[in-house]
Amino acid sequence: MRLSTLRRHARESLKSLGRNGWMTFASISAVTVTLLLVGVFLVIMFNMNHFANKIENDVEIRVYIDLTATDKDKQALKAQIEGISEVKDVQYSSKEQELQNLIKSFGEEGSSFRLFEQDNPLSDVYIVKAAKPTDTMKVAKKIETFKFAHKVRYGKGQVEKLFKTLRIARNVGLGLIVGLLFTAMFLISNTIKITIFARRREIEIMRLVGATNGFIRWPFFLEGLWLGVIGAIVPISLILFVYYNIYAFLKPKLTVPFLQLLPFNPFMWEISFVLLMLGACIGVWGSMMSVRKFLKV
Amino acid sequence: MIEMKDVYKTYPNGVIALNGISVRIKQGEFVYVVGPSGAGKSTFIKMMYREEKPTSGSIVINGVNLAKLKDSRVPLLRRHIGVVFQDFKLLPKLTVYENVAFALEVIEESPKVIKKKVMEVLDLVGLKNKARFYPNELSGGEQQRVSIARSIVNSPKIVIADEPTGNLDPENSWGIMELFEQINDRGTTIVMATHNREIVNTMKKRVIAIESGKIVRDEARGEYGYEA
Ligand SMILES: Nc1ncnc2c1ncn2[C@@H]1O[C@H](COP(=O)(O)OP(=O)(O)O)[C@@H](O)[C@H]1O
Ligand SMILES: [Mg+2]
Repeated sequence: MRLSTLRRHARESLKSLGRNGWMTFASISAVTVTLLLVGVFLVIMFNMNHFANKIENDVEIRVYIDLTATDKDKQALKAQIEGISEVKDVQYSSKEQELQNLIKSFGEEGSSFRLFEQDNPLSDVYIVKAAKPTDTMKVAKKIETFKFAHKVRYGKGQVEKLFKTLRIARNVGLGLIVGLLFTAMFLISNTIKITIFARRREIEIMRLVGATNGFIRWPFFLEGLWLGVIGAIVPISLILFVYYNIYAFLKPKLTVPFLQLLPFNPFMWEISFVLLMLGACIGVWGSMMSVRKFLKV
Repeated sequence: MIEMKDVYKTYPNGVIALNGISVRIKQGEFVYVVGPSGAGKSTFIKMMYREEKPTSGSIVINGVNLAKLKDSRVPLLRRHIGVVFQDFKLLPKLTVYENVAFALEVIEESPKVIKKKVMEVLDLVGLKNKARFYPNELSGGEQQRVSIARSIVNSPKIVIADEPTGNLDPENSWGIMELFEQINDRGTTIVMATHNREIVNTMKKRVIAIESGKIVRDEARGEYGYEA
């Protein structure tokens, strides 16, 4: 395409934005609201997923070994656990190690546990991981039946609840977003329809003198693109700004290993890119809907 | 060269507008198409620039069968055929110059060529000095000249016109007819549907009369043949 042609298309499309006034405003607002919600949703979802993955990886079964077990019994128990097909990994942690971990996890105040170093009340432990986190419960149930497995513990309740909440939130959010996407597309396609009607004389003449369909479509395609891209500016800026501040504010406070926000970079650039592309797609799609229906080219 | 063979056209509402038309028009001819209202003249004209497709039959223009022409090829066909209408079809917000240039811009002609061609053609239709005027600042005859300028700016081999003098007074009509003669003298084929009895009878050109979608008369130096 000639540069002069491209300039012409750009000029025509921008002129239409101005001429359509309120419809342009309504379309851009719809894209803005939609992308803002999509953006917030994505940020929350990705972070929740991030937590969930961390927790998921942390789903371990702790098998407290009976105090009366001899070294040989322990070996036998380990062999039994490893015999379960769903088990991926078995680690031994002596009660001395357990105590050190406990002391460490309490930080400053942990030092008060030091007095137990002389007379350790804890048990030796096998830390077992299932190959698939969802098999955790099944594996735990089996281990409970083994001799010398004094107590079996795993964080089943929380994990499953979190996953369930996450799934519901995701579905509700997705439904909302799909609805909004269609609203935005519909508004854009209406704006383009108005442009097509305003320019029907021009289009008629273009056809008569042999302009190609592609040429006729371009300005409408661009107008849709502008609507979508302009609509993405506010949501992207807002989300960047708010996330930056939330991240800066929460980072020093979130010390639990799995409760961490995704770092600003590259996460926010990815989100910005997704929103921009989404805006562009909504715009072009909305435009194409009208072009196909009303331009008949 | 335009050749129609057994062309039938039935509109979706069931109206039979063309009922078996066969005709040959050689390059450089000047042809009037006459007939009562609703006879099928406009439909006949529309077949030639592929605004409508025939229901059956063939229309071959310079070796291309329009009945089989793909939609995507229609723009290229139109670049070789100029079309003029009763209502001028000018863009009110563009000047005379811009209206004519529009036809070349939208087929992506280079700016340099556009300028040269537009000035040439405005000179030919006698509107060089009104290039900056807007259509509403011109008389009907002048507006039709602009529209003719636009139709020939790309040097088409064929110009077709559907009642180009239908909205003009006799004096302006004669001016437009002279212009068409001039264009025809340069070797361009002209096919014109008209209701203008006086013009047809005076000009002594080929006349094709259509009634109820059929050619009822085709004379080399014909007359209008209907009461005005
Ligand atoms: N787009 C159309 N759809 C349906 N009927 C049409 C259409 N265009 C023309 N007709 C009908 O076809 C017949 C011929 O019309 P037309 O070719 O316009 O005649 P003319 O130009 O000689 O007056 C008329 O009966 C008219 O009503
Ligand atoms: Mg007619």
